[in-house]
Amino acid sequence: MGRIAALTRNPVMIALVAMLAIAGCASKKTPNNAADLGLNGAGAATPGSAKDFTVNIGDRIFFDTDSTSIRADAQTTLSRQAQWLNQYKQYAIVIEGHADERGTREYNLALGARRAAATRDFLVAKGVSASRLKTISYGKERPVAVCDDISCWSQNRRAVTTLSGAGS
Amino acid sequence: MKSILKPLLMVAAMAMGMTAAGTLPALALVELNVNKGNVEPLPIAITDFQGGDALGAQISEIVTADLKRSGLFAPIDKSAFIEKISNPDAAPRFDDWKVINAQALVTGSVGKEADGRIRAQYRLWDTFAGQQMSGEQFFANDANQRRVAHIIADAIYERLTGEKGYFDTRVVFIDESGAKNARKKRLAIMDQDGANVRYLSDGKSIVLTPRFSPNRQEITYMSYESGQPRVYLLQIETGQRELVGNFPGMTFAPRFSPDGQKVIMSLLRDDGNSNIFAMDLRSRSTTRLTNSTAIDTSPSYSPDGSQVVFTSDRGGRAQIYVMGADGSGQNRISFGDGVYSTPVWSPRGDLIAFTKQTGGEFQIGVMKTDGSGERILSSGFQQEGPTWAPNGRVLMFFRDSAGGPKLVSVDLTGRNEQSIPTTNFASDPAWSPLLE
Repeated sequence: MGRIAALTRNPVMIALVAMLAIAGCASKKTPNNAADLGLNGAGAATPGSAKDFTVNIGDRIFFDTDSTSIRADAQTTLSRQAQWLNQYKQYAIVIEGHADERGTREYNLALGARRAAATRDFLVAKGVSASRLKTISYGKERPVAVCDDISCWSQNRRAVTTLSGAGS
Repeated sequence: MKSILKPLLMVAAMAMGMTAAGTLPALALVELNVNKGNVEPLPIAITDFQGGDALGAQISEIVTADLKRSGLFAPIDKSAFIEKISNPDAAPRFDDWKVINAQALVTGSVGKEADGRIRAQYRLWDTFAGQQMSGEQFFANDANQRRVAHIIADAIYERLTGEKGYFDTRVVFIDESGAKNARKKRLAIMDQDGANVRYLSDGKSIVLTPRFSPNRQEITYMSYESGQPRVYLLQIETGQRELVGNFPGMTFAPRFSPDGQKVIMSLLRDDGNSNIFAMDLRSRSTTRLTNSTAIDTSPSYSPDGSQVVFTSDRGGRAQIYVMGADGSGQNRISFGDGVYSTPVWSPRGDLIAFTKQTGGEFQIGVMKTDGSGERILSSGFQQEGPTWAPNGRVLMFFRDSAGGPKLVSVDLTGRNEQSIPTTNFASDPAWSPLLE
C-alpha cells in the first residue's frame, strides 16, 4: 500500500537551509553614520545639498527588534538632522519607515508606519515644521541588507529621512 | 456579473444503473474518513481516458496529480495495471483490480462534440464491492480542458471522502522576481496546481496581499502606485481598478466580507497606529471597528459575517483578538508563548489559521475560534500568511528559503506538505472559492 513518505516535510532540511543562510552572511556591525555606509567624500558635498545631508548628517536611524522607540544614538542623528533641516528650509521631507523580515507582511507595514511617525514626531519636537514632513511605510518590502541574520535585520529596521526632489 | 471563464455546461450524474453481474448484496462502499487523525491514503487506479488522442491521458494525469497531492489517495502506477480498459462504460474485471489492491478505479472517455466542445465523462468503481459509485459527464470549450480534469477530481474526492473538493479553484498571489533589495512584485493568478499563470499588474509598483472576492470576479489588494500605499479593487476579467475609500493615510490588509459587499482593512492614523475599518462597497460608507493606540490589523470575517478576527499589539506584543462585526466585545484569544499574526477564519467556521513566531521560528497553525486547541502544522525559518482551501481542509502559505519565497500547502493533519510550482518566487497566496 503506497504511503507518500517522500512528500512529508523535512525539518532537518529546513534547519540546514537556515544554517547555510547564516553562514553565508559575514557579520557586520550596524552602520549608523555615512562612513559605515560606504558613503565617502565627507566634506566634498556642497553645504545644504542632499549629498551634504546624507554624507555629513546621516539620513537614517535604526531601531531595536519590534520597537519604535528612538534610541540614544538615533536621537543624536535626528537632532543633527533637525538642525540641518531648520537651516535649509527649501526641502520637503518624506520619512520612510522600514521593518526587518522577522515579522509578517501586514504587521510590518504597520510597524514601519509607526517608526516613520515616531521619527517625524521627534523632528517636529526639534522644531522642524510638521507641514514639511510626510511619512510612508515600506514594511519589510525594501530591505537594504539582504542576508538572513541579525546584522542584516538590524540594518533593515530603519527610518530614512529623504529630501524630496533631491533623492537620498 | 460575468464569469471569468465561459461556464462549463454540466450534465447531472448519468443514471446508468450499471452494476456488475453477480454483485454481492449490501456491501459497504469504499470510503475515506478524513476526520481520523492518521489517514491511510486510499489506493486508487486512474486509467487513461479513452479517445481524444493525448487529451485522454492528460486528463487522467491531472486527476491523478490532484488526488495524490491531497495526501488522501495513493494512485497506483499504471505499469501495475492488468486489465486494459477498452470500453470505459462497461464493468471492468474487478478481480484484475483487486489483485493490485486498487480499492477504487476510475475509467473515462473524452471526445469532441459536433459544435467543437470537449465532452469528458468518468465512472468511479468500487472494486471490492464490484459496483459503480458515480458517473458524470461534462462539456467544456478548449480553454477549459484542465478545468474539466479538476472538476472530475473534485467529484471523485467528494464521492470518496464526503467532503467538497478544492481542485477546481484558483490562487491569486504576488509573483516576485529580481534581487532581494530590488524585488519586482506583480499581481498574478493561476490554477491551484500552478498551471495557467496570468499576470494582473506590470510590476512597476509594489503590490501586496491580494484577496479573492466571494464572487471570484474581483480581488482586493494593496498597491503603491499612487505613492501612498492604498487598498484597491480589481475586476479580474476587465482589468478595471478602483481605489477603496478616500482616506488620508495608508490603507492596508484588505479582505472581503463573506457576502462580498464590504472590504475590511486597516487605516493608518496620524499618530502612527493602525485601526480597523469596514467599507460598504455600495454606499461607500465606512465604519470604524477598533479605536486603540496600537497596531490593529489583518482582519478576517467569520464565514457568517457576524465576527471578525484580527491581530493587535495592544497588549504589548501581537496577539489574536476576536470581536463582533460591529466592533463590539473585543477579546484576546491567543495566549501561547510567542507572537501571533495573520489570523484567517476557516470557510467552515470551525478554526482560525495563523502565523506564530516563537523560538526563532515561524509556524503555521490553527486554533479553535475561542483560542483553544492550538495545533502547529508547519514550522520553518521564515514562513507566513496562511489561506484556506474552500473546503477548510488544506492551507496554503509562503515560505522563504533559498533566496526567496515559494508557495507551500499543508493539510490539517500537518503531515501532507506540498510545494506549489511557480516559475518565479511567489508570496501572499489567496485561495479562491470553488469556481462556477
